[in-house]
Amino acid sequence: MAYDKFNILKSSAVPLPIENVDTDQIIPARFLKATERKGFGDNLFRDWRYNSDNTPKEHFVLNNPIYSGKILVGGKNFGSGSSREHAAWAVYDYGFRCVVSSFFADIFRNNCLNIGVLPVQVSADFLDKIFKAIEKDPKTELEISLPEQTITILATGESETFNINGYKKENMLNGFDDIDYLLNIKKDIEVFGQKTPL
Amino acid sequence: MSKTLFDKVWDSHVVQHIEDGPDVLFIDRHLVHEVTSPVAFLGLKNRGIKVLYPERTFATADHNTPTLNQHLPVKDELSANQLKALEENSKAHGIPYWGLGHEKNGIVHVIGPENGITVPGATIVCGDSHTSTHGAFGAIAFGIGTSEVEMVLSTQCIMQPKPKKMRININGSLSTGVTPKDVALFIISKLTTSGATGYFVEYAGDVFKAMSMEGRMTVCNLSIEMGARGGMIAPDEKTFDYVKGREYAPKGADWDKAMEYWKTLYSDENAVFDQEISFDASEIEPMITYGTNPGMGMGIQNNIPLADAVEGGNATYKKSLDYMDFNEGETMIGKPIDFVFLGSCTNGRIEDFRAFASVIKGRKKAQNVTAWLVPGSHKVEEAIKEEGILDILHEAGFELREPGCSACLAMNDDKIPAGKYAVSTSNRNFEGRQGPGARTLLASPLVAAAAAVTGKVTDPRELMEEVVA
Repeated sequence: MAYDKFNILKSSAVPLPIENVDTDQIIPARFLKATERKGFGDNLFRDWRYNSDNTPKEHFVLNNPIYSGKILVGGKNFGSGSSREHAAWAVYDYGFRCVVSSFFADIFRNNCLNIGVLPVQVSADFLDKIFKAIEKDPKTELEISLPEQTITILATGESETFNINGYKKENMLNGFDDIDYLLNIKKDIEVFGQKTPL
Repeated sequence: MSKTLFDKVWDSHVVQHIEDGPDVLFIDRHLVHEVTSPVAFLGLKNRGIKVLYPERTFATADHNTPTLNQHLPVKDELSANQLKALEENSKAHGIPYWGLGHEKNGIVHVIGPENGITVPGATIVCGDSHTSTHGAFGAIAFGIGTSEVEMVLSTQCIMQPKPKKMRININGSLSTGVTPKDVALFIISKLTTSGATGYFVEYAGDVFKAMSMEGRMTVCNLSIEMGARGGMIAPDEKTFDYVKGREYAPKGADWDKAMEYWKTLYSDENAVFDQEISFDASEIEPMITYGTNPGMGMGIQNNIPLADAVEGGNATYKKSLDYMDFNEGETMIGKPIDFVFLGSCTNGRIEDFRAFASVIKGRKKAQNVTAWLVPGSHKVEEAIKEEGILDILHEAGFELREPGCSACLAMNDDKIPAGKYAVSTSNRNFEGRQGPGARTLLASPLVAAAAAVTGKVTDPRELMEEVVA
């Protein structure tokens, strides 16, 4: 499925300064029963966001109206655990287009890239600066430029570059997905498959 | 040039290398289950394409299935829909489907090896992070997301940058009461849950050589819990003996040809790893976790580390202990528990049931404990009956349930209630993993058994010594 193009994103951000946020928190397993990719945003961080009687937990950041935006900023080792792409779908469906952390778990990072959510890995120092800037002013904006591979705290002008491989960058800029690429080289794959025993 | 085991298998499966991008990696065998596949099949439908190699694809139902009364229709409507979707998708694409009640049904990572789908030197993927289990056979096996499931269904390839390589060496021999699960929990406690992110791990040394195939599967299974995409162990005679004669393993001349290749699967003497770590087997004790990620584990006789002694993340650490309602510095021994779960792709194999039975034999289940014993597959269930383990379980007051992932991720009705403590042989102690508000203590089948008969956290060696005496 082709996805939204990503170029420059300027937005306020939602801070979640917790480490090792695993995909069971992002979307608990009991919400993985759908056969279509719909509505996962409603259950993003379900058990941190709602009490067992479905009333919102006041202190959770997503329930605090002073925080909003298309960027989610998480602590170190974001997205660890289960490979469920539903976690990335929930992040996207809720309205985030970018997740910033000082370290991402492997599969979550891939899943994000595969659906057009940009994972931006920054240094621990810069992550701290972002958290501090948001603490000071919840409406503070970040600018993420994919072409330049930079992330900037607009209020202070502080900026850092981030890594993404050239292939994925092109895909994100153009909204292409891997399956389109693979289907284009299907002949080569079939030749390879023939010489590879079962 | 000297190559690692990982290099040998990876390099021989690269269809194309993209400059400043990923490798296009050919996948030999693809395992599919009901939860992470429906949207992928929908993608194929939308593109109007069929599964490229149905003969390399195998489907089973395990994640959301009940573990009681599997002969009856599945009550939960959403679960039933997912099962129906997988059955229909498998049929439409000519994929073998081993649904509920099928003799080959079971947890995807248990039935792969059982049926000879898992072989050395293969590339194996599944939309499940514990696919790393199959690395026990010297295969490159790892979990993927649903977009990648769609890639493999439609083109038998995925696009992955080649990971870095790490080798973990453990020499010496394990003490009594120390199992493969303890070895894995020990390594994770040392490396943390992100210590191997970006790496593929090879396990080497005396301990892994001496380990059974089941034990190797337990260790490789938990590779993901330190962030590694997968873990692998060089195949040896034990591996070949295990694979030989299984249904989907090569036969006759194909076997001989396969063996020629498999015997080349080891890391060359001078092969270079990006990181190499060594431990001594004598350092490892029976382990238990006290927090909310698998890296928060310790020897069962130790005290919960002080927050000040934990590197960084003090707030996160305290949040974790609050969730568990534990205090820093206290011992775990003697803490009352409510549930015991024996099962999962980590510890749901016959050897795990043998270990559990060895401790509970001649004892009685503690009154305060609810025990869910869930075999990894129907074949495991059969072996439990044939070996007389079922009788031992019954005599001690335990019941056996039907195969599936069960309380490991609590997608079905097997949910630990909020606030309750479960000693679990599964793989994740995340908040709410085993049910909203549930508190999980990860441990080996021996520790689980000791908790099941005493009703509290107990060092299994105490009970084992009694048996010996």
